[in-house]
Amino acid sequence: MSAYDKVQLARSKGRATGLSYIETIFEDFIELHGDRRFGDDPAIVGGLATLRGKPVTVIAMEKGVEVKEKLRRNFGSPNPEGYRKALRLMKQAEKFHRPVVCFVDTAGAFCGMGAEERGQAQAIAENLSEMIDLKTPVISVLIGEGGSGGALALAVADRVWILENAVYSVISPEGCASILWKDPKKVKEAAECLSLTAQDMERLGVVEKVIPEEKDFGKVYEQLREDLSQELDTLGKLSLEELLQARYDRFRKF
Amino acid sequence: MNLMGLFRSPQNELEKGGRKQDREETGINNTCPHCGALLPLSEQLENLNVCTACGYHFRMSPRERIAYLADEDTFEELFGELKSRDVLGFPGYDQKLRNAKLASREKEGVVCGTAEICSEKCALFFMDPNFMIGSMGTVVGEKITRLFEYALEHSLPVVGFTVSGGARMQEGILSLMQMAKTSGALRKHSDAGNFYLTVLTDPTTGGVTASFAMDGDVIMSEPGATIGFAGARVIEQTIRKKLPQGFQKAEFLLEHGFIDLIVPRSEQKETIAKLLKLHKRGSVQ
Ligand SMILES: [Zn+2]
Repeated sequence: MSAYDKVQLARSKGRATGLSYIETIFEDFIELHGDRRFGDDPAIVGGLATLRGKPVTVIAMEKGVEVKEKLRRNFGSPNPEGYRKALRLMKQAEKFHRPVVCFVDTAGAFCGMGAEERGQAQAIAENLSEMIDLKTPVISVLIGEGGSGGALALAVADRVWILENAVYSVISPEGCASILWKDPKKVKEAAECLSLTAQDMERLGVVEKVIPEEKDFGKVYEQLREDLSQELDTLGKLSLEELLQARYDRFRKF
Repeated sequence: MNLMGLFRSPQNELEKGGRKQDREETGINNTCPHCGALLPLSEQLENLNVCTACGYHFRMSPRERIAYLADEDTFEELFGELKSRDVLGFPGYDQKLRNAKLASREKEGVVCGTAEICSEKCALFFMDPNFMIGSMGTVVGEKITRLFEYALEHSLPVVGFTVSGGARMQEGILSLMQMAKTSGALRKHSDAGNFYLTVLTDPTTGGVTASFAMDGDVIMSEPGATIGFAGARVIEQTIRKKLPQGFQKAEFLLEHGFIDLIVPRSEQKETIAKLLKLHKRGSVQ
């Protein structure tokens, strides 16, 4: 399978979206809305849930499944208020000593006028700065598209995992082909050159784990529930100092 | 310094020193892209590369900035030996790096060091518009990270001049990771009570804006600088209409509350020194 095939798989219709992970893996999900500053961004869903009885804060990018829902959720491209909502929930998790689990799936942060007016760059920068120092364990799972800074804004974590057919990239192959080679038709070459597949991520040390995908997707959820629960236990045993130093070192190495 | 040039004759225009050098040598007029005024180059250089007719701020190299900001002979470069490698084997990247080195006469897209500004000691970084428009790769991220670590160790404030077209896509995901890496170093420097001033210059966009450019305790900008997350063309394609005049300019960001102040080049040294003095340890008691 070529890198571009993977990109298309990651974007494919019918691929499980963020909310389904939350609803299947966790229990007692209560959605919490709004950034307390401007609005509520449907492209990012967040709230409280339990994982095997333990409270966690869960945050997911949601692209939507049906056309109407996709439009409402802006195809999963968050605005600044989405990132600020996520940050609010993460700071809340810190306060109540709950771990955070993020599911990342976006073509990128939204490139609209309103997003710029409300400080898209500032919102992402603040998330990076707060997440690297968040005083509670964080695990991020890349489940589909990991589109650049807009994805990283939910992926500065103690563990970053990626689904077998998900991708993570600094720019879309389309963007790369048109900027670098002024030829939008060169997307396949661009995808290849960008090293954006889950396997590339593992090779480059960007993720700790690639989650195998199964035909029966229920097994993937089950595996994730097991892995998340185990890993959160492991992280929970670290002292705060150890946790934060390890997170710093994790990104310092690049 | 282009050492290569000492040993062989120039192969192309860039190696001869580039267009800019030609202008300096022949004294040709420069046309202001903003108002169209014809500026004798000597006049433009004397005026810190600002158009004498309309105040347009031309882009500036790190060395030119050091010349007008740092007290004489106080700048000491740090980490100048670091050079990018083509880690992912990206087609054409090696050639791009060679061209960027010739165009900028620097090894990488950011120059770091320490200096005194009106006798106030600080750590500084200057991104380079002539090195792939200040694109952020591994070495740019590493140099900035090391500068913040150095400044933390020596309890120095950091003054950073940003200019960037965004991430260096030839380094793929490793370029993206620089946003997280620099954020970590900034955070440690900040948590220890150290001051960080960013000066945004034209253009500051993409991953740099979405990380260390927007993290300053005080965020200053040059007049008319374009500052944003997405490029104007990408936004226009997304919303399918033209952006209004002045969208994403420094003045627009000031109005929307995302920067603290706009300072013209002629006043920057004085303003920066004032801010450094105000943040001096022990000055508030
Ligand atoms: Zn002018």
